[in-house]
Amino acid sequence: MTPAIRRRPFLPLFVVPAALVAIAITAGLAAILRFSLHAYVPGSLDVGGFTLDNFADLARPIVLRAMRDTVLICFETALATLILGYPVAYALVRTRSALLKSVILVTAVTPLFLGEVVRTYAWTVVLGNSGFINATLRQFGLIDRPIQFMFTEFGVVVALVHVTLPVMVIMLAAALAHIDRDYEKAAQSLGAGPVRAFLTVTLPLSMPGVVAGFTTAFAWTFSAFATPQVIGGGKVGVVSTLVYQLGLSSFNFPVAASLSLAGLGLALGTMWAVRRAARPLEAMGGH
Amino acid sequence: MGRRLSTRLLRVSGRLLVGLILAFIVLPAVVVTIAAFNERAILSFPPTGYSTRWFTRALTYRDFQTGLWNSLVVTAWSSTLALLVGTGFAIALKRYAFRFKGTLEGVLLSPLIVPHFTIGLGLLMLATGIAAGQGFPVLVLTHVIVVLPFVIRSVFISLQNIDGRLELAAASLGARPGAVLATITLPLLAPGLVSGWLFAAILSFNEFTASLFVTSQATQTLPVAMYGYVREFADPTLAAVSVIYIAVTAALLTFANMVLGLGRVLNVEQSR
Repeated sequence: MTPAIRRRPFLPLFVVPAALVAIAITAGLAAILRFSLHAYVPGSLDVGGFTLDNFADLARPIVLRAMRDTVLICFETALATLILGYPVAYALVRTRSALLKSVILVTAVTPLFLGEVVRTYAWTVVLGNSGFINATLRQFGLIDRPIQFMFTEFGVVVALVHVTLPVMVIMLAAALAHIDRDYEKAAQSLGAGPVRAFLTVTLPLSMPGVVAGFTTAFAWTFSAFATPQVIGGGKVGVVSTLVYQLGLSSFNFPVAASLSLAGLGLALGTMWAVRRAARPLEAMGGH
Repeated sequence: MGRRLSTRLLRVSGRLLVGLILAFIVLPAVVVTIAAFNERAILSFPPTGYSTRWFTRALTYRDFQTGLWNSLVVTAWSSTLALLVGTGFAIALKRYAFRFKGTLEGVLLSPLIVPHFTIGLGLLMLATGIAAGQGFPVLVLTHVIVVLPFVIRSVFISLQNIDGRLELAAASLGARPGAVLATITLPLLAPGLVSGWLFAAILSFNEFTASLFVTSQATQTLPVAMYGYVREFADPTLAAVSVIYIAVTAALLTFANMVLGLGRVLNVEQSR
């Protein structure tokens, strides 16, 4: 090491602005904690005395059901995204045609850069009772009455899969791209067919990417608000929509705060459990 | 021979599968485009007639106009601030040891896991606590917080690809730390900085959930204005806005792919 590096030039300049942002993040979370521990005063944004009632308030059926549904929806979405994302990521990394690669990349990635609102709205046009799918099915005489997609959990999951697919593809493709192709070639030269080489070499080696993609999809889905709110239309209650209702519609900051914290605990707890359960899988990818 | 046939079959069905999934990805964009040119106010398929009046309405609707302007202002500020803050921090993270390094990194990357509605709610509570209200400073701060992890990551990855010996060589030849930074480190980092900034700008422009909590009628961004519209009206105006959004984004990405090489930016190129 040279003295220049040991002296750490510009350290304050590099770190102080970041520290200020970190303080803002911490202060925001601290504000939530403060509100969650103080009594709600109806009609006011000020709070009363110290209490734990806001957390006790969460034991209502509507909140518990929202929490259960949130975790279920996150799991279903992450799993479906993984299954749909893997083939696309594989094709993206392995195709030899530069044009095809560009087409897949731009197609798969564009939705990532479209906000949740645009994509959610687009799905209402696809899934609505007089929307694209129902109109098409009716035109071919396959159905008499529209199939209800809007305001159902299924509709919400379909739209959420669409929202999380790009991130999954990118994470899986990054993992696949860094696998040395020689391993697969070695397997094939030793007599393994393409399927066997994939299942015994490439797939296990990509497991860290699979686990990372799954947990990221889970976190994104947990964070989603517009999709469950608009496609769910109040019929599908999840943590995010409930927090919004409590915080911004009824201005009950204390209960919104306690629900946010409980939701954060739920999300972190579930992701921790997933990571733990997946540890043997991840170990397969260790070189 | 049989094996070659099965391999070919596998390849064809694989292509078909990927094609179907890509169709699923594209489907909403196609459908919304058809809907945007629908003549009638009620969405129906197939459209009975075609018209561009929803585009006219979208472009002249006041909330969308102010929303677009607000979005551009907030995006410019937050992506630039995030780039400055994130670049410095990524360099310190890569090169230096300092107190609370791990804690600071954990807190700054936490928005990747902490839901945006929680971040928005926290900043709203903070803002009402210090009577800052739902003004632009709080909105910009929220966006900086949300996009910063992506900038840090992007710059950090670029730093890993720089040969540190170049900086040592410059320093050993007498360049001061400032000169090393300005003439060696930052120029070598340039592609990472551009992609980090681009990423931050696009994410900020599209940020919705956290913004919903910290914006008012006066400061609402385009996505928030669009969300307000979808709650109130059912006509295809929003389809028209969506088409514009999709077209611009796809064009930008195709451009970025041609110029920068999106695969390199997103780190999905086959390494060998």
